[in-house]
Amino acid sequence: MNSGKVNNSVKILVFSTEKISDPAIDMAGLLKLHYPPTVYTITVPCSSAVKPRWIMHAFEQGFDGVFIAADGTDCPYGESCTEKTGKLVQETQDKMKELGMEPARLKMAAICSICSEPFVKHVKSFVETLNAKES
Amino acid sequence: MKQARSNKSDTKQQAKTSPSEERLKEAYKKRIGVYVCHCGGNISDYVDVEKVRQAVENEEGVFLTKTTMFACADSNQKEMVEDIAAQKLDGVVVASCSPKLHLLTFRAVTERAGLNKYNYVHANIREQVSWAHSDNKKGATEKAIKIVRSAIAKVRRSEALEPIKVEAAQAVAVIGAGVAGMKAAVKLAKSGVQVYLIEREFFVGGRVAQWDNLCVTDETGKELVTRLYDDVMSHKNVTLFTGAEVVEKSGSVGNFSLKVKVTPRYIRMQCNKGELQKAIDACPVEVPDKFNFNITKRKAIFHNYPSEYPQLPAIDIENCTRCGECEKVCSSIDFSQKPEYLNIKVGSILLATGFDPYEPQKGEFGYGEIDNVVTLPQFKRIVHYCSGDKLQFKGRDIHNIAYIYCVGSRQVNGENKYCSRYCCTSNIYTAIDAKKRFKDINNFHFNRGIRTYGKQEVLYDESSRMGDIYLQSFEDSPPKVEVIDGKTVVSINDILTQDKKLEVEADLVVLVTGMVPRKDNSIGSLLKVPKGRDKFFNEIHMKLRPVETVIDGITIAGAGQGPKNIVESMTSALAAATKSYTIVASGELALEPTIAKVSADDCEWCGKCDDACPYDAFTPKEINGKTVAVVNKSVCKGCGMCLPVCPSNAIQLTGLSDNEVESMIDALVERSPLPASP
Repeated sequence: MNSGKVNNSVKILVFSTEKISDPAIDMAGLLKLHYPPTVYTITVPCSSAVKPRWIMHAFEQGFDGVFIAADGTDCPYGESCTEKTGKLVQETQDKMKELGMEPARLKMAAICSICSEPFVKHVKSFVETLNAKES
Repeated sequence: MKQARSNKSDTKQQAKTSPSEERLKEAYKKRIGVYVCHCGGNISDYVDVEKVRQAVENEEGVFLTKTTMFACADSNQKEMVEDIAAQKLDGVVVASCSPKLHLLTFRAVTERAGLNKYNYVHANIREQVSWAHSDNKKGATEKAIKIVRSAIAKVRRSEALEPIKVEAAQAVAVIGAGVAGMKAAVKLAKSGVQVYLIEREFFVGGRVAQWDNLCVTDETGKELVTRLYDDVMSHKNVTLFTGAEVVEKSGSVGNFSLKVKVTPRYIRMQCNKGELQKAIDACPVEVPDKFNFNITKRKAIFHNYPSEYPQLPAIDIENCTRCGECEKVCSSIDFSQKPEYLNIKVGSILLATGFDPYEPQKGEFGYGEIDNVVTLPQFKRIVHYCSGDKLQFKGRDIHNIAYIYCVGSRQVNGENKYCSRYCCTSNIYTAIDAKKRFKDINNFHFNRGIRTYGKQEVLYDESSRMGDIYLQSFEDSPPKVEVIDGKTVVSINDILTQDKKLEVEADLVVLVTGMVPRKDNSIGSLLKVPKGRDKFFNEIHMKLRPVETVIDGITIAGAGQGPKNIVESMTSALAAATKSYTIVASGELALEPTIAKVSADDCEWCGKCDDACPYDAFTPKEINGKTVAVVNKSVCKGCGMCLPVCPSNAIQLTGLSDNEVESMIDALVERSPLPASP
């Protein structure tokens, strides 16, 4: 086992985009940039396509955190992607607050097609944050 | 290596479900085939693939499970086709590498077996599991099981679909007019495609224009460039832009929009050539000539060599002092020219941006500190510029030349672990040339093993016969360059003479430098083309998809992808041109049939989907007495931006419905222990 001080039991669901962040996550593997194996990916066409109900479903089913790898300005579907993704994240976090859930369990960051290192950094720090909250 | 088990009895406990859910479940796949790949050892060295197979063999709907050494191998593909047909499989999952590599391969397998290709789901357990978690085998195996279960959940709910056809621009942008770019442009033009050949420099030819005689044909680089340029210009459907670079990109495969900035030459196209030479002579500005690796100087009005293409000099505006001397003698100078911006539409982009020669660190084998230490590219220019029978550098006669190999390549401590492939051959060829042309040349090759592979081996043989001395060391004991009593001495513990310390008093030390990626990677950053560990552009798979990148529609060729000699660059250029051609050839592109679907029962037109859609794919329509949203299938791109904004959750995306996504999430969190070891 590795991953240093990181507790691998925290589960994170990543919504990743096929054209932009999937290549970065694949390349993280190619470069053997390790991150906890309890980070799972579901591929979507665009980060602004993630339904809040999917995020809530993930939490209900036992995921500790949800990470949206946003397309940012690279989105092949248009420049409004970042704003729309931000909005859906905000709305979901509002809903989480209403339900007494910690909104920081939902995180969003722009991950471009070559952002392998930033991706690994983001998920590792997310795991650490969630671990700190758990303890 | 294959292990199979058929699960003919569906024993899993059924949860209580509503009638509509029951109907939905009726359509679920019941005879799914699951193949778990070892990928040689790439997966199975870290993931227990047999445990993965055992863990999923009793999943609902799974009929057949197998492990396989190489899922992509012809033999396995054939077996899959037979399985699908004989076992009447209605869904297939392959757990292997990234879908970027083999999604299309296995979709084609299902099609060959008569199964709709959208009843195939790919599970990535290599890039996102075995490689990413090679430090944690148990964790990797557990993750692989969940990913395969998630893929099974998705394929159970999959539908037979047809791809969507969209128009594709029948044009290709080739970026970089070196030999690879020009060769690709010619190939594409001959195929009937419109080509935009975009070169950042004012002249074509790239690095090859800087070389003289080339091994093994003795044709010069300039002659090769001229031939290719003539070929390019003979095709009416190639448009060449020099002094041009792509500054903006939007769109995607089939329909890229590029904004190209063309920097002016400040010289009119129709010019008086006699006057231009006078203008060059009159220019008082002298700057180091990058074309000659700074061993000579050039003017602010310049061409790199006579007869360079295009045959119109340019003004280096950054170094021009605007003194006006050139304007006094030449009527073709025009400082009123402004940069132009052009918008072009292409279906594919071919990147052939080449390499930079490695620039040694100051003090690396005396470079930058000892004045007779030069690099291989500089040495080639020195040999070119010397006439008569004496080789001279800085006014001194050169007799003893020490060549130090693998400088900037095969680094032990540095980042450049790769071999640059061309330098052994190029150096030995130049050393032979120097020995043949100039008097009293003694060549001493301080190497770590010579790699004049293939036909180039004849050069090594020729050089040895001519009396060149080869001295060799291991990487942990490189040669030393020192100044002793005013003389440059290169010493080595030569492993070919039992580690005897040998010294050469050298008149010139040539650092045989290799290739590095272009320092200015602005085009790579703009197009977001991934780079590998060597920092060169990365192909999807070096053997199976060697010129494609993970960015659909962008191909790569030449030394921008990694060190290559001219032959290899040409071969990759032809391959990349062919690949780009296949994308744009038909003028039509088959896209994923991922589109939005609206449930008329649930929809009450509010217009939010219309506001969110970047393509105006939604229109209101009266159905059964109420206004609902209707999707224009030919316009919808399947981005899904409409999904989260619908207040009544009436929109589903094909292949990504709530049912599919939520079942995948369920599979990823399912708590079940690993199967016990046998």
